[in-house]
Amino acid sequence: MHMADALISPEIGGLLWLVSGAALVRSARAVAAEPGGARTPLTGVLGAFVFAVQMLNFAIPGTGSSGHLGGAMLLAVLLGPHAALLTMASVLVVQAFFFADGGLLALGCNIFNLGVLPVFLAYPLVYRPLAGAQGRRRGPAAFAAAVAGLALGAVAVALETRFSGISALPLRAFLMALVPIHLAIGLVEGAATLALLRFLAQARPELFHGPRTSWRAVTLVAVLALAAGGVLSWAASRNPDGLEWAVAKVAGTLPSAGGTVHAGLDRAQKGAALLPEYGFRDRGAAEPTRLETSLSGVVGGALTLALVAGAALLLKRRRSA
Amino acid sequence: MAHPADRFLQLGTLDALAGGASPIHRLDPRAKVLAVAGLVVAVASFGRFEVAALLPYALFPAVLLTLGAIPGGYILRRMLAALPFVLALGLLNPVLDRAPMLQLGPVTVSAGWLSLASILVRFALTVGTALLLVATTPFHQVCMALEKLGLPRVFALQLAFLYRYAFVLAAETARLVRARSLRAFGRRLSLGEFTGLAGGLLLRTWDRAQRIHTAMLARAFTGDFQPREPLAWNSRDTLFTLGWLGLFAALRWARLPQLLGQLAGGAQ
Amino acid sequence: MTGMTGMTGRTEPVVAVTDLSFHYPDGTEALRGVSFTIHAGETVAVVGANGAGKSTLLLHLNGSVAPERGEVRILGLAVEPRHLDRVRRAVGMVFQDPDDQLFMPTVQDDVAFGPLNLGLGPEEVARRVAEALATVDMAQAAGKPPYRLSGGEKRRVAIATVLAMAPEILVMDEPTAGLDPRTRRQLAQLLKAFGHTKIIATHDLDLVLDLCGRTIVLHEGAVMADGPTREIFANATLLATCHLEKPLSLQACPVCGPR
Repeated sequence: MHMADALISPEIGGLLWLVSGAALVRSARAVAAEPGGARTPLTGVLGAFVFAVQMLNFAIPGTGSSGHLGGAMLLAVLLGPHAALLTMASVLVVQAFFFADGGLLALGCNIFNLGVLPVFLAYPLVYRPLAGAQGRRRGPAAFAAAVAGLALGAVAVALETRFSGISALPLRAFLMALVPIHLAIGLVEGAATLALLRFLAQARPELFHGPRTSWRAVTLVAVLALAAGGVLSWAASRNPDGLEWAVAKVAGTLPSAGGTVHAGLDRAQKGAALLPEYGFRDRGAAEPTRLETSLSGVVGGALTLALVAGAALLLKRRRSA
Repeated sequence: MAHPADRFLQLGTLDALAGGASPIHRLDPRAKVLAVAGLVVAVASFGRFEVAALLPYALFPAVLLTLGAIPGGYILRRMLAALPFVLALGLLNPVLDRAPMLQLGPVTVSAGWLSLASILVRFALTVGTALLLVATTPFHQVCMALEKLGLPRVFALQLAFLYRYAFVLAAETARLVRARSLRAFGRRLSLGEFTGLAGGLLLRTWDRAQRIHTAMLARAFTGDFQPREPLAWNSRDTLFTLGWLGLFAALRWARLPQLLGQLAGGAQ
Repeated sequence: MTGMTGMTGRTEPVVAVTDLSFHYPDGTEALRGVSFTIHAGETVAVVGANGAGKSTLLLHLNGSVAPERGEVRILGLAVEPRHLDRVRRAVGMVFQDPDDQLFMPTVQDDVAFGPLNLGLGPEEVARRVAEALATVDMAQAAGKPPYRLSGGEKRRVAIATVLAMAPEILVMDEPTAGLDPRTRRQLAQLLKAFGHTKIIATHDLDLVLDLCGRTIVLHEGAVMADGPTREIFANATLLATCHLEKPLSLQACPVCGPR
């Protein structure tokens, strides 16, 4: 549910603008750090997709009403949290300006409630732990995370309204009204997200090769890259996007860790792959499978492994810190 | 939420209006964005029960409307469309807050009604002004202005991309809905059907993004978007911005309607 | 029938494809040992049934896709990472769906995108934009957003975005698909006037007849024929094998004989 300008005090609105703004800046930096610039068309066009698909109402069985997909959790699963926040925020911006969904002062609140909360709280705290290795329980995890995200949103809306002091409704009453509604919306969102993820996993499993956060998976891929001997450059060029993705995704939550690793991976990729700037992962037409000269292949593979190992160590140290 | 075709049309109408050539249209987008931001902040900063003091702010949207040659009826209809949610929340106020606050002759107005009125006035001012901004400024210029005013580059670019392809996607979605409804005989979309439609659309969109990227690479794209021509700011823009921001600030502290009322001899 | 090359003076081919092979990740073979050379100034059509490999072949010409086996050389340079800049300057590619190519907020921005990426200064960019738009007769649409253009207008702007980079070679994927007859006629005339080397993948066999002196026929990823257009279209067996037909203008032609 969108917050409205009319119910927000400038203090609360301003505060949440600052919080959302900071989150956006951080996410923008994380996304900008990914080499190749492939993200902008992808996130922009997916934003247009979310914008369009929010207009598709489907019937909720058993009730007379209909629901629609919000999209935050879906985007987080497909794109990772940073790109997902930017995408959701841009959808909200367009809605605020053109359809008065919310308003300009409340936009900060809306980006927070409908973007930051699902993507930076529900996604890492509910989805990630539940999704399992290789995302085997992706659907149910997304369902739970969607519900959680909306519940958090309900609390946020209530608190924002209460502390703004413009509406006369007492907090408890507001919460009692909002939480059930948001839970219901959450169930719908969860169901739609789950259904879509299942559909996509079947129709295009490659879409999910992205986020790998376990150190084990990253090492495995890196080892394969080196161990593949004569097909070094083939292996390296096959998965650098996956590696980049992996490191980027994990490093993305720790912005300062991203810089040199990205640069290094970029060099490695350029050394080993034919089309380094091709940012999409494992997409058919882009697959560079030509064997480079063995020297550049070995160098590229070794460099990749070293960088990955370094990055993973760095991240492991940070995690335990 | 509306039928895809309606939202699509709405976006299209505002976009078409933004292509006009009035003096307002020709202003630097930064000037307009700053003025709108000023109004929103000022309006929001008033207390809960202020109504009269807010009314002078309507001058700004009125000027945008008239000088910008924007059809008032259209803006009004758009505002009314957004009203229900705010009204629903706001109507609780008179119910809950019965403390008498104002005496208008024989009528006692409770605090609840006053705060509702305040909510509605705020709504009209902020929503109307936002609509008028996008009706007098092409959205990509709004994005450029926001970027130059501090919005992260990546985000501004993405907004522009989203907007550019919103028309394409909305049209595709509308076609899907129409095609399905021809065979649906009035049955509403089920979750299963939704999944098929939306899932297919998502995959096609993902592929489109890849093709766009290929096209970008084919035109020597290396990962950085080159900076575009700087916007041209002139004295008219300075006058516009400073003038309106100054007025908003003055109205915030000077309480014009009260002054007028007192001048006219009435007691408050 | 195998390759017959060059029709104009230059000895060095501008496009040299040698034994090009490529698989999709799901295993299907897209191209099998494709070889041909093209010289400056030629207008070559690439025809074949859907799925024959036309688009994939085109994507190899500017390095959008890397070959598994074989080699592509543009202006003598191998299409590989260190030459990609030069290759993409030389090869202007116009894709099937203009909406995929017109991604900037306005027509002007789209046409300027390429020159700006080439590092040209603002005056030069402005000059190129004006020139390119004038060439395709879309100068009046410079400030318009792409979604306000008709299909034919978008096609022309897409061509302008590529012309602004001053390429030596124009590669086009289905340029006339979906256009109404008049727009199609205008586009064909526009293309005829270009002095660039042109490679056109298309189903529009009448366009081929009109514009292209030479035709390469692809069938299931391999080159089935490569020669003068008229000869190719006179070969009924070849056309049938490759799921093609004579251009409509040649069917029921009293000179060439019935279908």
